[in-house]
Amino acid sequence: MLSARTLLVRGMLVGAAAGVAAFLFAYLFGESPINDAIAFEEAHAAPLPPGEHEHELVSRTVQSTVGLATASIVYGIALGGVFGIAVALTVGRFGKVSARATAGLVALAGFVGVALVPFLKYPANPPATGNPDTLQQRTGLYFLMAVIGVAVVIGTAVVGRSLRPRLGTWNAATVAIVGAAVVVGAAVALLPAVNEVPDGFSPVLLWQFRLASLGTQAVTWATLGLLFGYLTERSLRTSTAVTAQPVAA
Amino acid sequence: MATISALPTPAAAPAPIPFRQVLPWAAFGIVLAVVLLYFVGAEQGITSVISGETVHEFVHDGRHLLGFPCH
Repeated sequence: MLSARTLLVRGMLVGAAAGVAAFLFAYLFGESPINDAIAFEEAHAAPLPPGEHEHELVSRTVQSTVGLATASIVYGIALGGVFGIAVALTVGRFGKVSARATAGLVALAGFVGVALVPFLKYPANPPATGNPDTLQQRTGLYFLMAVIGVAVVIGTAVVGRSLRPRLGTWNAATVAIVGAAVVVGAAVALLPAVNEVPDGFSPVLLWQFRLASLGTQAVTWATLGLLFGYLTERSLRTSTAVTAQPVAA
Repeated sequence: MATISALPTPAAAPAPIPFRQVLPWAAFGIVLAVVLLYFVGAEQGITSVISGETVHEFVHDGRHLLGFPCH
């Protein structure tokens, strides 16, 4: 028998593991574009007055190792907990889908809602490509897009589930996903654009950074879905084996 | 539990967890997640709980790579 408490705790623990995996990916693929972007920033920054040099609060070494690892792991724990709750709410409610498959599907939905939908309109930006004066507006728009992404994913699940008895699994899923694509497309078309990438910034570097960013989030969600699913199936099998032998026990 | 054959196999869909059982854990998990995500993604951006720039600078690379807007 599954319990919400177990799934929440498992989600947070698996989230920490997902954060470690995300850190390794980000360190290997993301740090090089970040360093190149910082080099561009420094080459184009206004020179400091003579006698002054830049005060560094946290060294680049700490930022790229302990700092990045901390951020990734805390991010993983936070998403993992919510992911565990989402599995607790969906498992057994979408037809004959096993707990392991449910975990995989919820992780896919989480990646789309939390990472992919915001990325479509407000993709991740490397250092040197944002204007500090517009941070307030950009932060608001980014979180608005994330809220839209999560709402669309939940809406797709609810609509698909309610259409399923009438249309069947595939048709219900298709109708719900087409509806979701229309809503996301409308949001992308209507929300204000943000493009503050300065002239002369390498498009290849921008592409590499954004790919590394999307990859980091994909690694996070893939680890969450697959490891959580594996552990849940294993715990169900163990508890089934125990209840199946009450006489021997 | 009537017969052994009625036991679910691991691959079959498990029974849903009643919403009333999930609710308190959902509230706890979501509040915790919002606090954690705030410190990773937004602290010392447009709002600051802790003064200075140290938290922002410490998680700087993660904030960029996880897609949050950052300076």
